[in-house]
Amino acid sequence: MQQLVTELLQGNRRAAARLISQIENDDPQKTDLLKEIYPHTGRAYVIGITGAPGSGKSSLVDCLLQQMRSDGLTVGVIAVDPTSPFSGGAILGDRIRMQDHALDPGVFIRSMGTRGSLGGLSRATGETIQVLDAYGKNLVLVETVGVGQSEIDIVKAADTTLVVLTPAGGDSVQTIKAGIMEIADIFVINKCDLPGSDRTAAEVNMMIDMKNGESWRPPVISTNAVSNIGIDQLWAALLEHRGYMEKSGRLLETRRQRVRRELTEQVEYLVKKRIWDRVKEKIEFNDMVEKIVQHQQDPYSTAHELLEKIKFYNGIVGEDG
Amino acid sequence: MNSRKIRVLVAKPGLDGHDRGAKVVARGLRDAGMEVIYTGLHQTPEQVAETALQEDVDVVGLSILSGAHMTLTPRIKKLLQKNGMNDVLLLVGGIVSEEDAAELLKSGCADQVFTPGEPLDKITGYIREAINGR
Amino acid sequence: MMEREKSDRIRREKTVWQEEVSQMKQRNEPFSTVSGQPIEALYTPLDLGDFDCEKDLGFPGSYPYTRGVQANMYRGRLWTMRQFSGFGDAFDSNRRYRYLLEQGQTGLSVAFDMPTIMGYDSDHERSLGEVGRCGVAIDSLEDMEVLFDQISVDKVTTSMTINGPAAILWCMYLANAEKQGISLSRVGGTIQNDILKEYIAQKSWIFPPEPSMRLITDIFAFAADHVPQWNTISISGYHIREAGSTAVQELAFTLADGFAYIEAGIKAGLDVDRFAPRLSFFFNAHIDFFEEICKYRAARRIWARRMKERYGAKDPRSLKLRFHTQTAGCSLAAREPENNIVRTTLEALSAVMGGTQSLHTNSMDEVMALPTEKAVKIALRTQQVIAYESGVANTIDPLAGSYFIEALTDQMEAEAEAYFNKIDNLGGVLNAIDCGFFQQEIADAAYTYQRAVDNCERIVVGVNCYNNGEPQQIELLKIDPSVEEKQVGRLRRLREKRENDTINRCLENLKKCAAGSDNLIPKILEAVKVYATEGEIVAALKEVFGEYKEKPIF
Repeated sequence: MQQLVTELLQGNRRAAARLISQIENDDPQKTDLLKEIYPHTGRAYVIGITGAPGSGKSSLVDCLLQQMRSDGLTVGVIAVDPTSPFSGGAILGDRIRMQDHALDPGVFIRSMGTRGSLGGLSRATGETIQVLDAYGKNLVLVETVGVGQSEIDIVKAADTTLVVLTPAGGDSVQTIKAGIMEIADIFVINKCDLPGSDRTAAEVNMMIDMKNGESWRPPVISTNAVSNIGIDQLWAALLEHRGYMEKSGRLLETRRQRVRRELTEQVEYLVKKRIWDRVKEKIEFNDMVEKIVQHQQDPYSTAHELLEKIKFYNGIVGEDG
Repeated sequence: MNSRKIRVLVAKPGLDGHDRGAKVVARGLRDAGMEVIYTGLHQTPEQVAETALQEDVDVVGLSILSGAHMTLTPRIKKLLQKNGMNDVLLLVGGIVSEEDAAELLKSGCADQVFTPGEPLDKITGYIREAINGR
Repeated sequence: MMEREKSDRIRREKTVWQEEVSQMKQRNEPFSTVSGQPIEALYTPLDLGDFDCEKDLGFPGSYPYTRGVQANMYRGRLWTMRQFSGFGDAFDSNRRYRYLLEQGQTGLSVAFDMPTIMGYDSDHERSLGEVGRCGVAIDSLEDMEVLFDQISVDKVTTSMTINGPAAILWCMYLANAEKQGISLSRVGGTIQNDILKEYIAQKSWIFPPEPSMRLITDIFAFAADHVPQWNTISISGYHIREAGSTAVQELAFTLADGFAYIEAGIKAGLDVDRFAPRLSFFFNAHIDFFEEICKYRAARRIWARRMKERYGAKDPRSLKLRFHTQTAGCSLAAREPENNIVRTTLEALSAVMGGTQSLHTNSMDEVMALPTEKAVKIALRTQQVIAYESGVANTIDPLAGSYFIEALTDQMEAEAEAYFNKIDNLGGVLNAIDCGFFQQEIADAAYTYQRAVDNCERIVVGVNCYNNGEPQQIELLKIDPSVEEKQVGRLRRLREKRENDTINRCLENLKKCAAGSDNLIPKILEAVKVYATEGEIVAALKEVFGEYKEKPIF
């Protein structure tokens, strides 16, 4: 077994931190490391937190950490912030709100940039969850980017998803993206001290009643993270949802789907990688592009031609692996 | 397929709240393609060192404008070493006299000291060179 | 208003002139203020719009006070020369204060160290390495007594730069005055006490906004009854500017804060004319000479108009914006520090031409350390030269009527009004802070400025231009590292000799009061008089009020 993985399993913080970096950086060893980590995963319960910018996600995480720790649970936190599409850099500032927990050995916080991923998570979020799981954290909290749209990747990674809203300040809940309504297992109306909070809660409840036919009806919890209001109820709701997931068999189903997706993705990733590795070795790809641009060829036949050249149809693609 | 990025912790140890420099530098580093983790204000040396470890950063940049740099920097350096982070680049920015800067460099507590008015490019350039030169 | 014929003539001439100028060579630099405000090559009567010297200027000492708050301005009395200082322990700072008074300084201004500013005692673990570093360490009334030893507090006015724990340090000052046998009605001075700009820019906060605002209105009320000569708040643009804002942002955000305090006082049940006269302001004097002068003039006019029109103030003193000025620390450079003397001179001159009531001039070495005695003396002498040699104090508001000055004053007022609208639309100052509006505006301006300096669009002499690379050594003040040890020792001895039962009782009373709604000042005063420390009082209040956590804005 690789040294870092051994140390991770012994609970070494530095090993956890370094492993995450190696995975995030697509280190050549990455796949081998993940292979070794995998048998030690599957124990942590994953909670996703999503919502618009400024809705107070980080403050909620801070409050939840307090609760979880006083219940004796250890927690890993993954806080995702956007990577600038222009420079490739990022400012990761979510942990500012959580720094009171920085010295708690039962908490491990990691900030990540999206690095080009568009669904609200970073590219390596899923794999980082595995590292924190194997590291022995009971819970993993994932805070999404929070740009307020199309952040639905979180449901693929999380067992329970919180959607954080704020009193809409004049706007109706109707304007909240439809997509985000459907992914919530629990709704949180944060900053409930602001005017319009009750109305927002009522509107969300109405929308749930209109759409929800499932056996789990998402509760709507009002909180004010800044003054620690409603956190008990939120934590109780989280525990209740987890109980529901476990007893109803939904957890197993969710995870089965996740594995199916991961396996599919992994296969596709490997196939693609092989193809493009071979293309790089053998094919004058740019020449092909030029010919298509000049209308000497069409893209459809050219694609076949390319695959033939790398002997894809003969099964050669997989031969050196 | 290696997509390594330089990760920098911008930290505000001590009690002063002057974060203009820290924030301008953080933006400058981001615009130079680095990932910047910002601790927020009023951090203890222990919080800074532990954050550096969890975030597995290549660089720790301390911004201190309260005059406490001669106490805080050596403590943070020691804690980083205790965490096994001997190779992390430790930079100090703020109101630091030349004499203090020389002492921090000589004692190995800091790899470089930047005082008010340094151009951003100089800081990003320094970091890039130091990290890529490894 | 000009007659039509005349303005047409001027317009024609201007066209001719423009034609001529367009043929000429022009320097490459952008012609804009340090805030990025574009400036025209020439201002003419055409730029005055519907400027009306009666309505827009008035006379000095009368509405809308554009020309100054006193009728005779510096011909009656010069501005107060007030050098901000403090370092080491109370003994060290007391010596410095007495030195400054001997040199002709006319008021005191106390700089506290970071632990005092943040409400920690010198022996708190978070104070390590910070005690006496960037100001004086004050833990209890005992230190305050030492700080003003042989300084009679009815003879000088004292300004204290303290915000989160302002009420506590103020009570210590008042308790010391009483011990000196001076009636509170004769004690004058200023506490900064401006928590809003802490959330916005300076970031030295302790409690959340709501209880902080209560402490402030409690101070307003207590002072109105017992300390009538005290300036209960110094609403500060200084730190907003230092954090990187533009001049207009400094103007707009500071005044918006001021209006928020007015509204808080009214909401707390105070009559506006009962507390508004004791509000004062604190502005930055940055390097862009004319922009700064216009900023001060616009500030006075906006304040007077709003106070009268929106808040119904009737007492003329409520309408007068009185302000202290400090030259811009952020304009100074560590390279070739002696150039800083020149920068400070220009900045101080703008403050004087803009009608400041008091002034601090920075010392050339303050980008590297606390100032030496020599550097402070030069800074003070700078003010004295302006006051007694330059002649600028001979006449009131000397630039009034300049096409450029009046046009820029108008423009800055209009831009500030636009900001007030934005802030109103966000639901007021507290909501705007909560959604990071000010913080984002300032961070953007700071970054834009730094970029402009970095790529030499903006020249800083000796830094990105004419920089011959030779380091210039000047002598710096060193804080004796044993200060911390000494201060902690004194504090420990105090803790041993006090009546700790009495203190605990006082702190319990204070907590009860904090949980209710009575004025907190009498309870704080009671606690400091029995030598409860600042840290103990803050800790007691934190139990009830909680602590503020920062918003991550970049």
